[in-house]
Amino acid sequence: MSRLQSVETGQISPIFGKLRWDSIPFSEPLPLVAAGLVGAVVLATLGWAWKRGYMPYLWKEWITSVDHKKIGIMYCAMAAVMLLRGFSDALLMRSQQAIAYNSPGYLPPEHYDQIFSAHGTIMIFFVAMPFMIGLMNFVLPLQLGIRDVAFPTLNSVSFWLTAAGALLVNVSLVVGEFAKTGWVVYPPLSELRFSPGVGVDYYLWALQISGVGTLLSGVNLVTTILKMRAPGMGYTRMPMFCWTSLATNLLIVAAFPILTATLAMLTLDRYLGFHFFTNEAGGNQMMFVNLIWAWGHPEVYILILPAFGIFSEVVSTFSGKPLFGYRSMILATMVICLLSFMVWLHHFFTMGAGADVNGFFGITTMIIAVPTGVKVFNWLFTMYGGRIRFTTPMLWSIGFMVTFVIGGMTGVLLAVPPADFVLHNSVFLVAHFHNVIIGGVLFGAFAGTTYWWPKAFGFTLDETWGKRAFWFWITGFYLAFMPLYVLGLMGMTRRLQHYDVPGWQPWLIAAGGGALLILCGIACQIRMIWVSIRNREHLVDASGDPWDGRTLEWITSSPPPAFNFAALPHVEGEEAYWDIKSSARDRRQLSDLPDYDHFEMPRNSPTGIVTAFFATAMGFALVWHIWWLVILGFLGAWATFVVFAWRDEAEYQVTAEEAEAIDRDRREAKARLLDIPMERPA
Amino acid sequence: MSDEHSHVDDTRTAGQGHGHAAPGEQEAEAKTDVRKAVGIYAVGLLLAAILTAASFWAAGSHAIFGPAVPVALIALAVAQMGVHLVFFLHITTGPDNTNNVLALAFGVLIVALVLVGSLWIMRHLDHNLMPMSVVMNMQR
Amino acid sequence: MSAATTAPSPSSPSASGKGDPNRLGHGTVPISEQGPAPKRIVVAYGFWIFLLSDFIMFAGFFAAYAVLVGATAGGPTGTDVFELPLVAAETVLLLLSSFACGLAGIAAVQRSTRWFQVAMAATALLGAAFLACELYEFTHLIGEGAGPGRSAFLSAFFALVGCHGVHVTLGLVWLTTMMAQVWAKGFRDDILRRIACFSLFWHALDIIWVALFTVVYLMGAGGA
Repeated sequence: MSRLQSVETGQISPIFGKLRWDSIPFSEPLPLVAAGLVGAVVLATLGWAWKRGYMPYLWKEWITSVDHKKIGIMYCAMAAVMLLRGFSDALLMRSQQAIAYNSPGYLPPEHYDQIFSAHGTIMIFFVAMPFMIGLMNFVLPLQLGIRDVAFPTLNSVSFWLTAAGALLVNVSLVVGEFAKTGWVVYPPLSELRFSPGVGVDYYLWALQISGVGTLLSGVNLVTTILKMRAPGMGYTRMPMFCWTSLATNLLIVAAFPILTATLAMLTLDRYLGFHFFTNEAGGNQMMFVNLIWAWGHPEVYILILPAFGIFSEVVSTFSGKPLFGYRSMILATMVICLLSFMVWLHHFFTMGAGADVNGFFGITTMIIAVPTGVKVFNWLFTMYGGRIRFTTPMLWSIGFMVTFVIGGMTGVLLAVPPADFVLHNSVFLVAHFHNVIIGGVLFGAFAGTTYWWPKAFGFTLDETWGKRAFWFWITGFYLAFMPLYVLGLMGMTRRLQHYDVPGWQPWLIAAGGGALLILCGIACQIRMIWVSIRNREHLVDASGDPWDGRTLEWITSSPPPAFNFAALPHVEGEEAYWDIKSSARDRRQLSDLPDYDHFEMPRNSPTGIVTAFFATAMGFALVWHIWWLVILGFLGAWATFVVFAWRDEAEYQVTAEEAEAIDRDRREAKARLLDIPMERPA
Repeated sequence: MSDEHSHVDDTRTAGQGHGHAAPGEQEAEAKTDVRKAVGIYAVGLLLAAILTAASFWAAGSHAIFGPAVPVALIALAVAQMGVHLVFFLHITTGPDNTNNVLALAFGVLIVALVLVGSLWIMRHLDHNLMPMSVVMNMQR
Repeated sequence: MSAATTAPSPSSPSASGKGDPNRLGHGTVPISEQGPAPKRIVVAYGFWIFLLSDFIMFAGFFAAYAVLVGATAGGPTGTDVFELPLVAAETVLLLLSSFACGLAGIAAVQRSTRWFQVAMAATALLGAAFLACELYEFTHLIGEGAGPGRSAFLSAFFALVGCHGVHVTLGLVWLTTMMAQVWAKGFRDDILRRIACFSLFWHALDIIWVALFTVVYLMGAGGA
């Protein structure tokens, strides 16, 4: 097979590679209209921003920002937008399945296959991951009592590389096609012979590029947590969210390299005629399955562990009690971190490794449910005897506890290899993982967003619309996915474009109804944000502590200054802010004035977005075999790196006077919150 | 970003009094004494060379019982990696290095799980399943 | 919940350093409570974590190689294509370049620009010679029809050894950039931190090479 030619017998142009006019799907109305709509919205937004003169502000304050708070917000914003794209795919699939009994439906198979592949890829890599990474980015330095992460510019690079990956996946909708193999691209289907188009290539490069971003983010946050904490904050004085973030980022550092290696092997097969996973010359497709899930299982723990941390914070705050069993929580978290690397075979029990191997991994899979159970009990014991406030974040948390436990139980059921032989790749499995991902990761993202929104923006979100959103989401979720458990037990396989079993259709129609309820939930969330922004003067968070919080982020003003803390706090106990606040309440006096000192802050830098620009160009060029653009992109990325390394001014100084002035306002706000007199000026 | 803790971010005085050392950083005395510093690297080079020669010899000679050769090679390789870690990367078991050693141990553990796990799984799969070439022949 | 206080440690009398002449202890405040570490440590530790992730990536390629080592598809095996004298030469070159890199690190600590540039140049030349040997080996194999497209075993071999070679190449580019930076700006703090990271990288590549020549070449061509 000639390596550098397009597999279709057409010629490959030296300038445009495999790209041709018919790469744009003029004959398919759906993607074209969707792309047109999205393009129009994007252009309109950019045009509006341009006309209002926001571009210089956006460039200076957001795009080139190395501030962890802004980067965290951008991650979450990107995740929210991609949620809409991924959810549109879900609506398409649910409606197709609801009508496709003995009928072709309205989505042809080659289109349907791209939709479920894109749905999974987008939801995992460009919704769930960015939401969690965004929240960790925003919160960690604030909770650790420091001014930024270990490597601020690298942080910006990580975000923009992730955005580059998301961009490539979306471009595939308009120019070319996406993979039709499912979101884990098993060979031999994903090999060049059976997927000769550009779909799998888009997948590979989008994930390799964003994978670099994620790995660098993991390195950044591990270093931050282990080497940079406020004075006095020993390991057992860190908030629980910091512990779960540590476990998460250790997993990222450990697991993502495996994904990089495995996707690289598939890329070598497709581009240079290697034989890792081909049918001929000795390739071994089962090895792909093994390696990809050696990454894939830790990946799902990467998704859920930050959510566990969020719930620990929310539950203790809104129960008015410290987290129950702090040390057992730490132990449970680190046990989950370790065990998550010992269960991955449960994704392919049916591939034929035999009883011994299946038995071992089945047992480890069941064991890993135990520390999670410990966590659930600790949350319940935190609530018990507390004075519970049923705010929106708390509702999401309680909804999580019920929903995730059910999903976890079906997971333990699937962990039994004989049971899995019946249920593998059925919609029972689909229901299970949506149960834990929606109930766990997404509910956690929503809880975290509503909980920390006032810290980020200075005003709380509207409670009414927030609660409405929650009720629509949770009823919609159950209506959409409980039928899938039933269908799975009735024998329905996943990823079906049509079917001929009459008994399935009523359940699938119900599932479609559930998806519509979730759509209402999303509409409520959009309304919630709209209403809150319009009403922000009434919803303002003047004190910086709207929830009577317990951890250090609530000592700052809302939003915090760029440098977070005018003077790093000295931590003496487990709930740093609660101790300071209680002491201030008891003494009727604010804590002593710290010694303000000058300090340096990192300068903003365009390195992130410029690197991502070249990475996107390279990715696109690699997909379409436009070799000159690949070289140019690589040289551009290298030049960007050298220019960054050559700069002389990496930091700017904040004087003690500036810090003190800003801090005075913060202390006054806290004095008003606690209703104690402001100290007399020295 | 400033650190309000250390006032001298100077490699010459580093390793003293902070309680932790940067990975790859030589200990204090070696910093001022060039001879000693070079000596450490020279010893490492010598040991590594000896271990390398031993590996090549063990692979080729028939003096070692055949099935034991891979074991010997692995032992020699692990020893040489240790030499690199200690003499070139200055990763020791001193209390200043604990964080660095823990991180390394974590990495080694994951590598072991991936390698051993994959080999165990793939061996069982290969044993149980028809080779691809036979499957392909059935298609023709 | 009351604020916990740090229990006073019964250990060394900190002020005079008696009983703790090398100052290995840290008085009454454990490292974990001393606040953010100096930048030098933060940067090196972060790079160390990144290196461990790189080890894990190589483990993925090693696993694939170990699984596919027998999948020769009727083509050449390791014994057929590996030339141990060449591998021995490559090993010596890389080991010497690691030594030279260590000397460059010492020169940096001593702030000697001249010896730093000399040692780095030696590291570069030895590393380039290593790459030249590898390039020769690869082109030779491909010329003989034993290229990566011949069989899964050869695919795994080329990918694993090639991945290491790509890392060495990137290391050489980084090396020359460091030499240029020191020449242009001297031993500034951030440049020193980068030199430290480069040393970690270069030594780590030699560690991986130890695993490589043992598992791939010696076990492939020799006894096993």
